[in-house]
Amino acid sequence: MSEQPNRRDFLKTVGTVGATGIAAAVGVESADAQTRPAAAAGPSTLTAVSHAFTFFTAPEAAFIEAAADRLIPADDLTPGGTDCGVAVFIDRQLAGAWGSGDRTYMQGPWQKGVPTQGYQSPLTPAEFFRAGIAASNAYCRKTLQKDFDRLTADQQIKVLQDLEQGRIAFDGISAQEFFNLLLATAMQGFFADPVYGGNREKVAWKMIGFPGVVAIYSEHIKTYRNKKYDVEPKSILDLS
Amino acid sequence: MATRLREVDVVIVGLGWTGGILAKELSEAGMRVVALERGGMRSTNPDFAIPLIRDELKYAVRNALMQNPARDTLTFRHSPSEPSLPMRQLGSFLPGEGLGGAGVHWNGVTWRWTGIDHAARSYYEQRHGKSFIPADMPIQDWPMTYAELEPYYDKFERTAGVSGKAGNIRGTKQPGGNFFEQSRDRDYPLPALEPSYSQVLFNDATAHMGYHPFPRPCANASRAYTNPDGSRLGACVYCGHCERFGCEANAKGSPHITVIPKAMAQPTFELRTHSWVTKVMLDSTKKKAIGVAYTDVSNGQEYEQPAAIVALCAYAINNVHLMLLSSIGTPYDATTQKGIVGKNYCYQPGGGGVTLFFEDKIFNPFMATGAFGIAIDDFHANDQFDRAAMGALGGATINVGQSNGRPIGYRPVPAGTPRWGAEWKKATAKWYLRAMNIGVTASNMPNRYNAYDLDPTYKNVFGQPLLRLTYNFLENDKKVIAYVGQKASEIARSLNPTSMTGPGTLGDYNIVPYQSTHNTGGAIMGSSPGNSAVNKYLQSWDVPNVFVVGASAFPHNSAYNPTGPVGALAYWTADAIKKRYRQRPGLMT
Repeated sequence: MSEQPNRRDFLKTVGTVGATGIAAAVGVESADAQTRPAAAAGPSTLTAVSHAFTFFTAPEAAFIEAAADRLIPADDLTPGGTDCGVAVFIDRQLAGAWGSGDRTYMQGPWQKGVPTQGYQSPLTPAEFFRAGIAASNAYCRKTLQKDFDRLTADQQIKVLQDLEQGRIAFDGISAQEFFNLLLATAMQGFFADPVYGGNREKVAWKMIGFPGVVAIYSEHIKTYRNKKYDVEPKSILDLS
Repeated sequence: MATRLREVDVVIVGLGWTGGILAKELSEAGMRVVALERGGMRSTNPDFAIPLIRDELKYAVRNALMQNPARDTLTFRHSPSEPSLPMRQLGSFLPGEGLGGAGVHWNGVTWRWTGIDHAARSYYEQRHGKSFIPADMPIQDWPMTYAELEPYYDKFERTAGVSGKAGNIRGTKQPGGNFFEQSRDRDYPLPALEPSYSQVLFNDATAHMGYHPFPRPCANASRAYTNPDGSRLGACVYCGHCERFGCEANAKGSPHITVIPKAMAQPTFELRTHSWVTKVMLDSTKKKAIGVAYTDVSNGQEYEQPAAIVALCAYAINNVHLMLLSSIGTPYDATTQKGIVGKNYCYQPGGGGVTLFFEDKIFNPFMATGAFGIAIDDFHANDQFDRAAMGALGGATINVGQSNGRPIGYRPVPAGTPRWGAEWKKATAKWYLRAMNIGVTASNMPNRYNAYDLDPTYKNVFGQPLLRLTYNFLENDKKVIAYVGQKASEIARSLNPTSMTGPGTLGDYNIVPYQSTHNTGGAIMGSSPGNSAVNKYLQSWDVPNVFVVGASAFPHNSAYNPTGPVGALAYWTADAIKKRYRQRPGLMT
């Protein structure tokens, strides 16, 4: 498989086939949304929008977009994770209250603990993410001589699998814990209400058949037994 | 320097179900009542209005209605030999904060506990012999019988608008209800909800196998309802946003739409929000409480609120924490097994459930209510169930609910499916509508080492020691899950699914994934100061003008959800205060 297109751009057009828009590439080769396999393979239902990151640096954004497209790959069901807004979602979450450690007990002393004791890092989720991306890229450079986003899709999948299975160890933070946080946050972005920037145009809800937030089923609970309920989903954004 | 306020008759710490019930009952009786709630004010409109309340990320993932562990949490370890570390983020359980407490964001399952639960030690000794109870399992009878509590269960069911079907009215079995339930004076106030397709399948399968299926009682109103106090509930619309959310339709029995507004209508009642009680103040004898110390967390101002009666009505965990911080009663020491406060912490083991996948069936998981369901009680309330064959005390209900299809949290895929990538995506798209769950909800018996005390290292935002929880699932729990999980699996197979996953086995307790907010014990009730922290009226043996109301009083945990007896005990305690304590303060016997 060929090398993935470069994503080191800080302002990007999330595109579908034929989308027009300006991708402002920073300093390096091609950054063309239109050639990305994610966009090419997906149903052409998403309109193009521009987005910018407020938390991630350009290299971090490149990592997270590549990861989002491997975790949630483009196919005939939906476009890839990045085009669905997952990278933007993660960026906003990390820039906001949750990323800054809201609702997290941050007092020391810190000990490693066992997994059943949960999150024990002195880092905020945003700092933890940042450290995890840096460590992942360091691992990729050491073993494959490139940053994660420059690897082939197959190589990226292998790295993610190794992180997930605990076959990669980082200094300082748990690689497996980083993967789990990355996966959980990506899935939140894919399935949350589009008001948060992911699940663009409710692609994930349409994929599974979740009708969204209106949800009045007093009669349907009986009449739709063993029967598919086909409606256009409604989101908070639609009703606001 | 704290400001000392004017004395009142009763100060209530925490305004959820228990605090709300006491606030209403005692203020209506003319007592001067102040309730201190550490969270904020809230009401259905605008706080639970659609569309914003239907935000899974905000409410179900980021826990908007819950306590904030940054300010106060607990530490956790499996056994006394391990380091106890803070629960830095909420996970396994979700205590509420703000007006209405967990009574706002609960699902609504509302059981009356079994006769076996009310007389746990007596039952097992008589039926199986003393040696059937392990030496390190300190189970004990409740200090009141089911029959004594029956009118109070009834009162709570009426208040909360419980939908269900009686199985036994004044000794006569009722078709369609729970065959194994204790006798009740009358039926539920509302008929059962309309079952989902998955529940219809489960009902028919279990009936065919000779079990006794019935609709699980739930505080999701099957039709519009006005309770005996005149509070109005709307009809449930099966929206699938109960647990972790407030109900926009006022169809979920909740204190903020029932008992609390009634209390607030009384001139003798005052609510103060953002008021965090740090300590119960005792006099020099340590046998009498003189009030509570609290901080207004919106401005940092400290107050002392003197009161003749202190009612601890916080979440079960926080009741125990406050007792230990205030030196009420003797702290329990698992090593010596001396002391009592902190003893018999219990939870609710899971893992015995089964997920069924059908190529040819559609379940529409989003058409859902928090609590409706079909259950069988053949392996729990059934006193003919041979626990010797299981080799364990307690038991489990087997249920099919359908609480939600919210897609961040609910994405069933067959075993062996990767968690991400192309295969995961195809499987998620295929099976989301085509899966149903059979759940197993198990009892939890106490163990000498499963207990709370104060943490020696970690502090809360006020510089006070955090509560320390030492807890794990044990042999008895593992046997219950294995045995009843097998039964659930047989039921599942009879439905002939395309594939099924589970039942799992019960491993070590993990504080990370959500399981249930059913934390019980720590300030247990009993017949004497030697076996309990509080008496029959939930009154501290050591400081009799302190009442400790909630699931903290349970000496063990049933296979049922706790809120039914929590509500009943609150009414029971309020009655004892109104009718007896008020006339003659002191230890009631």
